[in-house]
Amino acid sequence: MSTGGLVGGSPPRVGGIGRVTGSQAYVADIRLEDQLHVKLVALDVARARIVSIDSSAALAVPGVRLVLTAADLPDPMPRFGPQWQDRPVLAIGETHYHGEPVAAIAADTLDAAEEAARLVHVEFEELPAVFTVARALAPDAPLVQDPSLRPGDPLATTNVLREHHYGWGDIDSVAADAEVVVEGTYAFPMVTQFAIEPHAFIAAPDGDGIAIWSSIQHPSWLQRVIAGLLGLPLAKVRVFAPDPGGGFGGKQHAKYEPLVAFMALRAGRPCRLVLTLEETFQAVRRGACEVHVRTGFRRDGKLAFRDIEASYLIGAYADIADRTVGKGSYTAGGPYNTPAVRILARSVLSHTVPSTAFRGFGNPQQIWAVESNMDEAARVLGIDPVQLRLRNVAARGDDFLPGDTLADGQWAETIQKAAEMIGWGSPVPAGRGRGIAVGLKSGPTTGLSYSTVRLLADGSVVVSAGTSDMGQGARTIFAQIAAQELGAPVDWVTVVMGDTAVVPYDQQTSASRSSVLMGNAVLNACRDVQAKIRVMAARLEGVDEAGIVVDKGEVRIGERIWPLRDVLVRGLGRLGGEVIGIGEMRKEADPDHPLGGTAAFYEFNCTAVELSVDRDTGDITIHRHVTVSDVGRALNPMQVRGQDEGAAVMGLGHTLMEHYILDETGRIRNLGAIDYRIPTSMDLPVEIESAIVENGDGPGPYGAKGMSEGALLCVAPAVAAAVRDATGVSIRDLPLTPERVWRALQETPSK
Amino acid sequence: MTAQARRIELTVNGRSRSVEVAVHHTLLEALRDDLGLTGTKECCLVGECGACTVLVDGASVDSCLMLAVEADGASLTTVEGLADGERLGRLQQAFLDTGAAQCGFCIPGQLISAEALFASTPHPTRAEIEEGLAGNLCRCAGYEQIFEAVELAARDGTPA
Repeated sequence: MSTGGLVGGSPPRVGGIGRVTGSQAYVADIRLEDQLHVKLVALDVARARIVSIDSSAALAVPGVRLVLTAADLPDPMPRFGPQWQDRPVLAIGETHYHGEPVAAIAADTLDAAEEAARLVHVEFEELPAVFTVARALAPDAPLVQDPSLRPGDPLATTNVLREHHYGWGDIDSVAADAEVVVEGTYAFPMVTQFAIEPHAFIAAPDGDGIAIWSSIQHPSWLQRVIAGLLGLPLAKVRVFAPDPGGGFGGKQHAKYEPLVAFMALRAGRPCRLVLTLEETFQAVRRGACEVHVRTGFRRDGKLAFRDIEASYLIGAYADIADRTVGKGSYTAGGPYNTPAVRILARSVLSHTVPSTAFRGFGNPQQIWAVESNMDEAARVLGIDPVQLRLRNVAARGDDFLPGDTLADGQWAETIQKAAEMIGWGSPVPAGRGRGIAVGLKSGPTTGLSYSTVRLLADGSVVVSAGTSDMGQGARTIFAQIAAQELGAPVDWVTVVMGDTAVVPYDQQTSASRSSVLMGNAVLNACRDVQAKIRVMAARLEGVDEAGIVVDKGEVRIGERIWPLRDVLVRGLGRLGGEVIGIGEMRKEADPDHPLGGTAAFYEFNCTAVELSVDRDTGDITIHRHVTVSDVGRALNPMQVRGQDEGAAVMGLGHTLMEHYILDETGRIRNLGAIDYRIPTSMDLPVEIESAIVENGDGPGPYGAKGMSEGALLCVAPAVAAAVRDATGVSIRDLPLTPERVWRALQETPSK
Repeated sequence: MTAQARRIELTVNGRSRSVEVAVHHTLLEALRDDLGLTGTKECCLVGECGACTVLVDGASVDSCLMLAVEADGASLTTVEGLADGERLGRLQQAFLDTGAAQCGFCIPGQLISAEALFASTPHPTRAEIEEGLAGNLCRCAGYEQIFEAVELAARDGTPA
């Protein structure tokens, strides 16, 4: 382990001491004077018409201060959402998914709020719900959204929120070149983020404005949402965003912050809502997906065309789901040079929990299908699966995705490294199978991050950055950059985040962007400080600025070298003070691009596994799991490893065990930790090995690319390929539960 | 609310505490809400995730599954009791050294479970560590680095 604080070392996590001592204050740990506790009221049905709500018994509970229903909110009902403003603060007229709140209680104690929630009498009429793609697209399907929410949209009278069409080349004309065509339909289930910290929200009147505490990934965005809903200037909305206890995309966008804001203003007191784990299942999930892939190859394995049709089952409100559909599908052709690609992706509304961002952002569903299809094709073609990828993968600089960023890595190197680590080509131990797959994901397409870096009089540093550190370690990375550039020990750097009144704007914490975009903003702020130090040194030494170099904590004039801190102390003089640097990093939008902008970088990963299947039970044992990511440059190798191995294990969750189970009316039957399983310490591969490819070819500081999602992208197709290798059985539906594997084995003659 | 309350006596992290608790409240609620010890975390409330693990008379317990009144007279250790002033406990230090604490939300429970493991098995094997921490979910899934932290603490430290 390296203990160096500089970039490329692995100093202890900034904020780590709070995390191991219990002093780290997450939102639920914050207690405000005079606070009220909020409890949601929801119906145990997927869809219902609300006939009436009687709050009288609830209001009679001692300590209850407020029972809020749609009738108590402004008319028309305030709605919000990052793509469409379609989500009401509380359900009005009709509920659209299992768990959608119809009322909320605020009381002096949580006990009182819970008791009152049970006493709210809601008269309702259950309505038929649609919760599969087929049902939602049926001509007689009930509409999930009122067409008036999307005026002028010809799709508004269907359950298709949006269709995305991408591609290049002419499939029909190159079809003749395809000597082998392989096709299949692949399904990916609804899964949930399951951050161990359930979402928590507090709102409090704050003078002539409001303060919000939320475990949110995008504090600046939330500030805008709340200001818009309440008609307040941005400066009167103060968002505190304590480090989330895991986000994984599920904490990107507003959920119940608007509700607690309205309640706090009405009650005149702070209102606090901490979701139960079950309620988080009814607040966030990943879009389920059905993908049909048809791929044409030449006999030598070269791709001729790829034709993809995907239907993502999103929920009752758009949230950011349609963006996951578009962005995840845009790169669905994979990291290959393909003469012709046609992609159709639909966002299908349904009476289910609104799906949202979740690590991988729409890509894992497509990659599950396309990479499974590649593995099946390798078998049909009689070409080794590694060779098939190497024959088609783009080289750096290839225009593999016309109109977008050129291939920005030596991706073949990543594939070869993973193959080598798993021992590809060597005899497979008896009873086992090996599988390999690759994953590509477009990084952020736009971005705007600001940072201030203050070099204090003693040489210590305060970095302000609006990123949320939800475990990925952004604080540590920013501290390392400042330490590197300004010559301070890393433990002399404080990184301030999570307060919009104090910290400058950051667009968002998503798409594995922060090391690259905010990282560059911090770097630029450090460079601004260096420029001011140069001015100082020129004044002190009476020389021209042009001859002064400030670099890595040193000031050089010709042969003479001073520690930066000495120049600082002398330059500041008797009054002391500080040097303030401002940094900005933009990733400009491109209005003509289908996604609104090109990829800032690509995440690329290759995963290879070796496993065995118990033929009597269908249980899969993963003996080895190798994950290799192209990270450009590892700014902190220990954190890179944590992110890669964590993503790999999270990927094993949706591969092997995770899925929502709905009943015949659309209610979720496995809410909570007992009936919905995520990987525990007993579910891990026997060996997990992560490695990185570093060619310094990223746009981030020192050549870094974004990382943190890559190692999740292709876990499922790698595992399914290994199951195919071990048993000869192709399974095209996730998760690969023992029951599903066992049934597939029964239906197929043994290998 | 007409909830009944009862006064209980606890020793928490070596300090005597006398606190009035609602009889239907869990030990987790008493720790977080009545004693202000918010290091112990709340997640699943059904004894599956382990975020609320504390030691009760030396045994690891999901504090969401135990009524506060059941702990009357007991000696408790929570994450706040693992450091000696500024000096971190060996497990805490090892978790920092191996990068085991990512988002950090599960870490108090992981640390307490690891303490309980050490109490019975000062030098656990990897399999014993996996078993000992099986009740503590980590969604950052930094399990390998958590195991390495426990191994490092077992190697470096003198048993607590």
